[in-house]
Amino acid sequence: MTTATTDAGVAHADDHHDDHGPAKGIGRWLYSTNHKDIGTMYLIFSLIMFFTGGLMAMIIRSELAVPGLQFVHPEFFNQMTTMHALIMVFGAVMPAFVGLANWMIPLMIGAPDMALPRMNNWSFWILPVAFSILLSTLFMPGGSPAGGWTMYPPLVLQTGDSFPFLIFSVHLMGLSSIMGAINVIVTIINMRAPDMTLLKMPMFVWTWLITAYLLIAVMPVLAGAVTMLLTDQFFGTSFFLAAGGGDPVMFQHIFWFFGHPEVYIMILPAFGVVSEIIPTFARKKLFGHDSMVYAASCIAFLSFIVWAHHMFTVGMPLTGQLFFMFATMLIAVPTGVKIFNWVATMWRGSMTFETPMLFSLAFVFLFTIGGFSGLMLAVQPADVQYHDTYFVVAHFHYVLVPGSVFAIQAAVYYWLPKWTGYMYNEALGKVHFWASAIFVNLTFFPMHFLGLASMPRRIPDYSTQYADFNFVASVGAIGFGLSQLLFVWVLLTCKKGEKATDRVWEGSHGLEWTVPSPAPYHTFETPPKSRIVNEAFD
Amino acid sequence: MIRNLFLGLLGLVLASTAEAEWAINMPKGVTDLSLETYDLHMMVFWWCVAIGIGVFGVMIYSLIKHRKSRGVKPATFSHSTTAEVIWTAIPVVILVLMAVPTAKTMVRMEDSRNPDLTIVVTGYQWKWHYKYQDTDVAFYSSLARSSLEARRKESGIDPFSVPNYLLEVDKPLVIPRGAKVRLLVTANDVIHSWYLPAFSMKKDAIPGIINETWFRANETGTYRGQCAELCGKDHGYMPIVVEVVEPKAFDAWLSSSATEL
Repeated sequence: MTTATTDAGVAHADDHHDDHGPAKGIGRWLYSTNHKDIGTMYLIFSLIMFFTGGLMAMIIRSELAVPGLQFVHPEFFNQMTTMHALIMVFGAVMPAFVGLANWMIPLMIGAPDMALPRMNNWSFWILPVAFSILLSTLFMPGGSPAGGWTMYPPLVLQTGDSFPFLIFSVHLMGLSSIMGAINVIVTIINMRAPDMTLLKMPMFVWTWLITAYLLIAVMPVLAGAVTMLLTDQFFGTSFFLAAGGGDPVMFQHIFWFFGHPEVYIMILPAFGVVSEIIPTFARKKLFGHDSMVYAASCIAFLSFIVWAHHMFTVGMPLTGQLFFMFATMLIAVPTGVKIFNWVATMWRGSMTFETPMLFSLAFVFLFTIGGFSGLMLAVQPADVQYHDTYFVVAHFHYVLVPGSVFAIQAAVYYWLPKWTGYMYNEALGKVHFWASAIFVNLTFFPMHFLGLASMPRRIPDYSTQYADFNFVASVGAIGFGLSQLLFVWVLLTCKKGEKATDRVWEGSHGLEWTVPSPAPYHTFETPPKSRIVNEAFD
Repeated sequence: MIRNLFLGLLGLVLASTAEAEWAINMPKGVTDLSLETYDLHMMVFWWCVAIGIGVFGVMIYSLIKHRKSRGVKPATFSHSTTAEVIWTAIPVVILVLMAVPTAKTMVRMEDSRNPDLTIVVTGYQWKWHYKYQDTDVAFYSSLARSSLEARRKESGIDPFSVPNYLLEVDKPLVIPRGAKVRLLVTANDVIHSWYLPAFSMKKDAIPGIINETWFRANETGTYRGQCAELCGKDHGYMPIVVEVVEPKAFDAWLSSSATEL
């Protein structure tokens, strides 16, 4: 230790920067404060969780393939739906975006690293602990939580031994997210290259800045809600227990005050990714950069005042229902602006269709379909019919799978050459894309019909009238699951590809493309000159 | 297990040829409000189709015409205030057009005054309890025995051979046609939700809270629904069956049920 300190001191005294590479062995990862290493760890962790949650989805869809119970008991089925959601939301989608933020934000704004590197390390390493705790509940007496990821009391209070572990793991996930968000905000506000004004920032950086504020605003609310569950269960309080004068509906209000911004936490960075990729492959600047920023901010603000549209059937006063319906409908306006701007970016561009572009285009198409069903769900009387049916399942999977997940995969294909220095296999990438795009629709589109035919969510078995479309959805789901193995194959074999250039893509713009491929362990140790910043965006 | 799966698949094939369900749209239902709801649903749906044709049309045109392989040189515009004002304003107008009729229906849905009949509905893990107010008639309504046997894992019974599999109860709720029926919905343990698609009705049954809702069924018949809020392991096994009968038949049923007790 002494030597290391002295060495560092000497290095500093000489003002001499060695291009010191990563530490050797496991220590490189355990103690890492390097934004690229931590970004990589987030992304790998997310991929593992994606397959863990995906395996649970396979169990769910296998059971639902035909009527009758074939594989699992109802209580285990409920554990699977609950765990699938918790893992996909907190373990797969959110960490993937944090990983992308870690890798790309410093490179995109010309910063040497994240502002708070030690906290960065901590916010990552909390996650494997949190999810080990959560997954360990599968082996506990009574099994893992089965009351749904929404954890509505009083049902969630019937959870067995796993209950306190559920609460604790949610606390840890929240802690990790909050620290990650603080890091993103501090980095973006303080560490931009001298000439990079706020409105010059790339859209991915902008959407992440807004997302980070949402995280800081709502994760403590979730922590509060689950803490109240904990005290209701163990310390004799009655926040949500009617028998003690509490109100079960209050939990839903608090939960969805977190939950609705949460859905934008999972989609805003996706908007950012797509706003980076479409201009690159259209060889044309993003249309309406500033209005994109205002639209994202507007969506973020509105996300705080629409929560009760998840609760149109709990029995709210008419005025409350009207308010939440109108506010929800309003979100269509800024969301529409974003979609129109993407289309206007493509308009009269010079497009090519590499894998990242294909995923981004599918994002625009299929997210819009999810937006349409969202608009339908906003209409309160119709929502009374749709609520808690497969129509809702179809809706949120359309915005989350061909929405968030496609954007994440687009981002990986887009920046992989910058990370590894190698071009992935384009033909395999395209096969992965087409398989994913076909199967995702085969899985989730029939769920609209099931919902309209009034099949409730979260049931392990169903009446025979729902058999046909359920079978189609299950075939699609298995196909989608298998297609994702191709993604891993493409990632593992990318080193066989040709060497990537610094620009990588013909139409790429931005500071991340001014550094070599693969990006060296340390980049922008001195801030880029204004000339470079300005040229990078021309 | 494999045998079950095979039976299921076989049943599926038979079902898709014989019964040809493949229903793709919401049922219209048998109350005035369910028809209004259906109309609202279709209105928003057609708006979405229209917007979709516009947006996807432009996008697909661009994807075909503006590709590098056709030798297109990219344009350099990246901003147009006029276009952005237009595509902010038009959605606002469309939303107002959607919101006005919706709000009118919502006001009608809320008006539960002057009911002809009031029934207290209580959700239990995992059955429903109905009590006809101001009478002695009260009973539990649970999953019918036929489904109860078939639903077990490895029961060996083909669900397709069970009539109304999982949607049949031992004792249905009986309602007179044309009467304004008010439901007072609550629960005894966890949250449930009373969902009957044909009446366009879904109301959460929450312990400690009494929710009020109403319907007026215009046609006689048997209507089926299910609990819609996750309520534990047998959430999928607490169906709702409502029989709408002529008022005279209802009166007869009510008095005979009262004497049964």
